[in-house]
Amino acid sequence: MVTPEQRAVEAAAVAGSAPVPVAVVWDALASVPDPEIPAISIVELGIVRTVAWSAGRLRIEVTPTYSGCPATELIATLIRERLAAIGLPDVDLVTRLSPAWTTDWLTPEGRAKLAAFGIAPPQRGHGTAAARIDVTGISPLRRAAVVVPCPRCGSPRTSLLSQFGSTACKAQYRCDACREPFDYFKPH
Amino acid sequence: MTHDEALFEYTLRLGDTDVVLAQRLSEWVGHGPIIEEDIALTNVGLDLLGQGRMWLSYAGEIEARVKGHGRSEDELAFLRDGGAYRNAQLVEMPNGDFADTMARQFYFDQAHLLLLRALAQSADARIADIAAKAAKEVAYHAERSADWVVRLGDGTAESHARVQRALDNLWPYTGELFAADAVDRVLIEAGVAADAPALRAPWRATVERVLAEATLRMPAGEWMQGGNGRGGRQGVHTEHLGHLLTEMQFLQRAYPGARW
Repeated sequence: MVTPEQRAVEAAAVAGSAPVPVAVVWDALASVPDPEIPAISIVELGIVRTVAWSAGRLRIEVTPTYSGCPATELIATLIRERLAAIGLPDVDLVTRLSPAWTTDWLTPEGRAKLAAFGIAPPQRGHGTAAARIDVTGISPLRRAAVVVPCPRCGSPRTSLLSQFGSTACKAQYRCDACREPFDYFKPH
Repeated sequence: MTHDEALFEYTLRLGDTDVVLAQRLSEWVGHGPIIEEDIALTNVGLDLLGQGRMWLSYAGEIEARVKGHGRSEDELAFLRDGGAYRNAQLVEMPNGDFADTMARQFYFDQAHLLLLRALAQSADARIADIAAKAAKEVAYHAERSADWVVRLGDGTAESHARVQRALDNLWPYTGELFAADAVDRVLIEAGVAADAPALRAPWRATVERVLAEATLRMPAGEWMQGGNGRGGRQGVHTEHLGHLLTEMQFLQRAYPGARW
C-alpha cells in the first residue's frame, strides 16, 4: 500500500518544485480521525470543504460541526501535524461558517463506519414528515421521535432517551428489542 | 451613533446573553435530576458558549475598527464588570429548581430561535453566517425545553404548581427580549439587526400554544423589567449577575492572562 507520504514524495519528484497535488492532500486529510469519533475521518465527517492552491499557498477550509464543539481546535492541530508530515508545514487553515455544516455531508463510507462502530447514522431529510413515525391522535408536542433502527440488532423498535448525548452531535436512544442503549448521530 | 458603534453594542448583547446563560447552565454539572438531563443541560450550555464566542470575537473586531484596539473574546468575557455586560436580564436569573431552569430556557429558546432565523437574513454577512449555524443548534434546544414545559405542566400536581410559579416569576423579564432602543433602530434601518418588536407576536403565539398543551395558565402581567430602556442590554442588571461573574471570572482576575 502506498502511503500518502510516499505519494507526496513521488509527486514532488515527478513535478520538481510544483505544489503537492490536492488529491494527495485529500488523501492525507482522509487519515485524520475525528477526535471524538475516531471511527471516521474528518473527510468522512464532511467538515473539509475546500483544498486549493492559490498564488503558491495551500488553502484548506474547514467547517465546524457544532459552535461549541470542543474538538475544533484539536482538529486544526491534527490537520497541521498531518500536513507537516507530507512536507506542507505552512498552510492557510481557514474556518468557514457558511454554508453551515450538515450531516447530509457525511460520506456513505462515513455512515457505514458509524453504524459498524455502534452509532446509528443520521436520518436524511431531517424534519420532514416522513422522518417521523405516525403519531396520529397525539399532539405535536407529544409526538414520538424519529425512527432510528438499532445499530446492533437492526430493530426499528427504539426509544429516544434524550436529544443530547455524550458529544454535541449525538442523541441517546435505547433499543426496545435487544435492550441495548446506543448513540444516534443526530441530523443537523 | 455610528453604524460600527451600534454594531459593537449589538454583537456584545448577542454574545453576552449566550455566555451568561451558558454559565448558568454549566452550574448544573453534576446536579441534574438524571444523567440524561445533566448531559442535556450542559450540551445546551456548550452550544451557547460556542455561539457566544463567535459573537464576542466579532464584537472585538468591530471594536478595533471603532477604537483602533479591539479586545479578544476572552478579554471581553473575563475582564468586564457587570455594568459593562449587555445580556438580557432573563438569562442571569438563578437556576432555582428544575422547573425554574426549564421555564427560563423555554422563554429564551423560543425567542432565540426567532431571533436567529431573522438574523440569518441579515445584511451583515458575518452575522447571517453565525446566526444560520446557531439556529440549527437552537432548534434542538427549543424542542427540548417546550417538551419539558409540557411534561412538567401536565405532570403531577407538584410539577404543575412549580412550573406555573416559575413561568409567572420569570414573565416580567421577557419584555426585554423584544425591546428596541437606539442601537437596534440604527441597525434595523440598515437591515443588519432583527426587528425584535416584530418577533413578539409569533413568540407569544408559540408560548400560548405550548402552555395550553401543558395545561398551564398564560402569565397576565403587563409590566416588564427594563421596559423603560434601562435593562440588561443597557448594562442595568439584577443583583444576580455580579455573583455569576465572580465565579466565572475568578481565574482570570486572580491570575491575569493565565493559559493552559
